[in-house]
Amino acid sequence: MFAVAAAGILVAMAMAMARALLGPTVFDRVLALNTVGTKTVILLAVIGFLTGRPDWVDLSLVYALINFIGTIAVLKFFEYGDLGRQRPGSREGNR
Amino acid sequence: MSLVADILSWTCILAGLFFVLVGTLGVLRMPDVYCRLHAAGMTDTMGAGFLFLGMSIQAGWSLLAVRLLLVYGFLLFTSPIGTHALARTALFAKVEPYRVPPPGDRV
Repeated sequence: MFAVAAAGILVAMAMAMARALLGPTVFDRVLALNTVGTKTVILLAVIGFLTGRPDWVDLSLVYALINFIGTIAVLKFFEYGDLGRQRPGSREGNR
Repeated sequence: MSLVADILSWTCILAGLFFVLVGTLGVLRMPDVYCRLHAAGMTDTMGAGFLFLGMSIQAGWSLLAVRLLLVYGFLLFTSPIGTHALARTALFAKVEPYRVPPPGDRV
């Protein structure tokens, strides 16, 4: 039964990767990679049950953290063209 | 009791798989970024929620179930933040939202 879940998640990952390859704008690709990351989090937990070693759930938690931070970093880079600067005219003022 | 828990958890896992597949189909088929964000959000909340719920029922009353629900809680907080940041960045980059063409232009 967990094998069915893992196969379904792999199919969904393939569809999301197709969107990442097709995506017209860069945001489609970022969205598709974020979706693939979420599915990786689920797949890691399912693999833990599939192999009878539930320690994989810890890897799943770590992957969720990395996925979120990676998405935010890529988006910040595309919005500001830089990872440490603010948008010109931002209300938060200069540092 | 074990049979009831099994049936409950398999139902949850199948429902989660359904939501994951439908949400990803939406990511593949929707017309523009904002619509695709909508479908991807459903994958993160409903699909992952049902799958982790089913797996934690399988795990029983243990630390493993707590950890599984912790992963889901983390996804529950980060998914809307990521979606919001993506939509905001796309708007600032002047990605035009998809509009339904007027009835005369439809093929």
